[in-house]
Amino acid sequence: MILGADPLLSGNVDLTAVLIVLMKVGIAFAFLLVAVMLMIWFERKLISDMQNRIGPSVAGPWGILQTLADGIKLFFKEDLIPNRSDRFVFKLAPYLSLVPAFLVFAIVPIGGDFRDGKEGIVTWFGRETLVQVADPPIGILFFLAMSSIAVYGVMLAGWSSGSKYPLLGAVRSSAQMISYEAALGLSIATVFLMSGTLSTNGIVADQSTWNWNLVTTGVVPFIIFVIAGTAELNRPPFDLVEAEQELVGGFHTEYSALRFALFFLAEFMNVITMSAIAVTLFLGGPNGPILIESVSWIWPPFWFFLKVGMFLFVFVWLRATLPRLRYDQLMDLGWKVLIPASLGWFLLIAALNIANDRQWQSWIVIMVGLLGMSVGALALMASIRKAKSQRASQEFEEAT
Amino acid sequence: MGYLQGFAVTFRKLWEKRVTVPYPENKRVKPARLHGRHVLNRYEDGMEKCIGCELCAGVCPANCIYVRGADNPEDNPVSPGERYGFIYEINYLRCIHCDLCVEACPTQAITETKLFEFSFTNREDAVYTKDELVVDETTGLPQHLPWEDWRPGEDLQTSAWMRATSPNGSSEYVGKVAWDSELGYGIRAPEDNKIEDGE
Repeated sequence: MILGADPLLSGNVDLTAVLIVLMKVGIAFAFLLVAVMLMIWFERKLISDMQNRIGPSVAGPWGILQTLADGIKLFFKEDLIPNRSDRFVFKLAPYLSLVPAFLVFAIVPIGGDFRDGKEGIVTWFGRETLVQVADPPIGILFFLAMSSIAVYGVMLAGWSSGSKYPLLGAVRSSAQMISYEAALGLSIATVFLMSGTLSTNGIVADQSTWNWNLVTTGVVPFIIFVIAGTAELNRPPFDLVEAEQELVGGFHTEYSALRFALFFLAEFMNVITMSAIAVTLFLGGPNGPILIESVSWIWPPFWFFLKVGMFLFVFVWLRATLPRLRYDQLMDLGWKVLIPASLGWFLLIAALNIANDRQWQSWIVIMVGLLGMSVGALALMASIRKAKSQRASQEFEEAT
Repeated sequence: MGYLQGFAVTFRKLWEKRVTVPYPENKRVKPARLHGRHVLNRYEDGMEKCIGCELCAGVCPANCIYVRGADNPEDNPVSPGERYGFIYEINYLRCIHCDLCVEACPTQAITETKLFEFSFTNREDAVYTKDELVVDETTGLPQHLPWEDWRPGEDLQTSAWMRATSPNGSSEYVGKVAWDSELGYGIRAPEDNKIEDGE
């Protein structure tokens, strides 16, 4: 059953159950929209703070309604469709990037009591349920699938515009997002190995005793996940997709009014969902100390949002600090560093798991594993150097 | 760890003072020699300084000044001497605020204020007529027109150029008062240390 382990849907499904599900969907939807609004404001405010500026300050207190004002403005603007565009695909593309952004959030547990093996089950209106819209057994694979569909949104938007800069942006984006998805998936795979489940609820429940995957997987997959995630989101320093100085606006150059707003919405929603996924996978999701027992229900969401907020801060901080990568540097980083590193770490974690099962000496496994990894790294470096020199000599021959 | 220093820089900036001034509410103090819109000055007895010689119009590189001189009415003269500026118009859609008209003026009748924050709603407002340019008859302050945004105090020191340099540009006149009195201010003291090396 695709809706999976939610106890709400395991018994007989009556009207109350359906209403609870609808309520959860509504809350998740509204939460995401408000969160995006605040995230855009937060990003603009924080980045201006980091640049000694003031940032939005007119709309509402501290300019907090600036996003709303922008949204209203975009809503009333003329919606242009270029003459040479493929009209159907051009109209479809914004939704292809928006809908996956919404859907991914459905699998994120944002609350629930995970202490003492309770597996995050709460009781609402006399029904036991999970504080997430859906808990499919495929779990994180659903996230990977959705982020792949988001690539289509960007790619088709660029292609259907019938214009050269969007097309360049789209080609870049598909290459970038596909190659970084490999590293992203491999770093997530180590989490699967440690938790033994794909279900997000299961992954969070597995981290309920302070044994966060951040530590148990050895930090490296987390770092790879954050870097690959930033690239997947097309955020600086990996925003080659919409590199303003080179491509005007990249894939959304030809978009205006509400369709542009949808892309913008999807982009920032993806930032939030990516942060939520990272928190779920590596930082224990809503796990955290219950400080005041009488309001114990408030603490898991509090910890969850605190962790997500920390991620959002880091994303903005990255943007404020790092200049954009060159395209070949981007590809080098993805294919020659992140994918081999995440693959090697994945193998190391797998070996450690087997060592645990068969009672081998774990330090010997680690030593052998690290040795194997460094041999592999050396081989990789040697082959890259060889390929480079071969290419150089080839070019030299062609030139002379 | 050279990679992380950049993060420290951006993080430090969070606590630093903001450079931006929230503009329409707060304004920075403008430099003394800022070239804003013009005024037509008066002598201390209220007579206009302009003699309608059209030198300003002749020198204007943007062709934005239109002047017509006329003979002073004998019973009620507008300016001391024979002639006065009968029509005086400056088109601020063309003016580049180069200050050449101020330098050309033989009687220091036209000077530039520090006022520049206008928002016209039609082109006719952009053409300042003599009635709008001439300073107040008793205080010597420029008129506050409805489309101009300035606060009390920003209209002071309207003849910035004359006090900033000696009238003929020669360094021999530095520190010497070599210009006429102004309505509302009298003869002002020369500015110090504005031209540091004599030549």
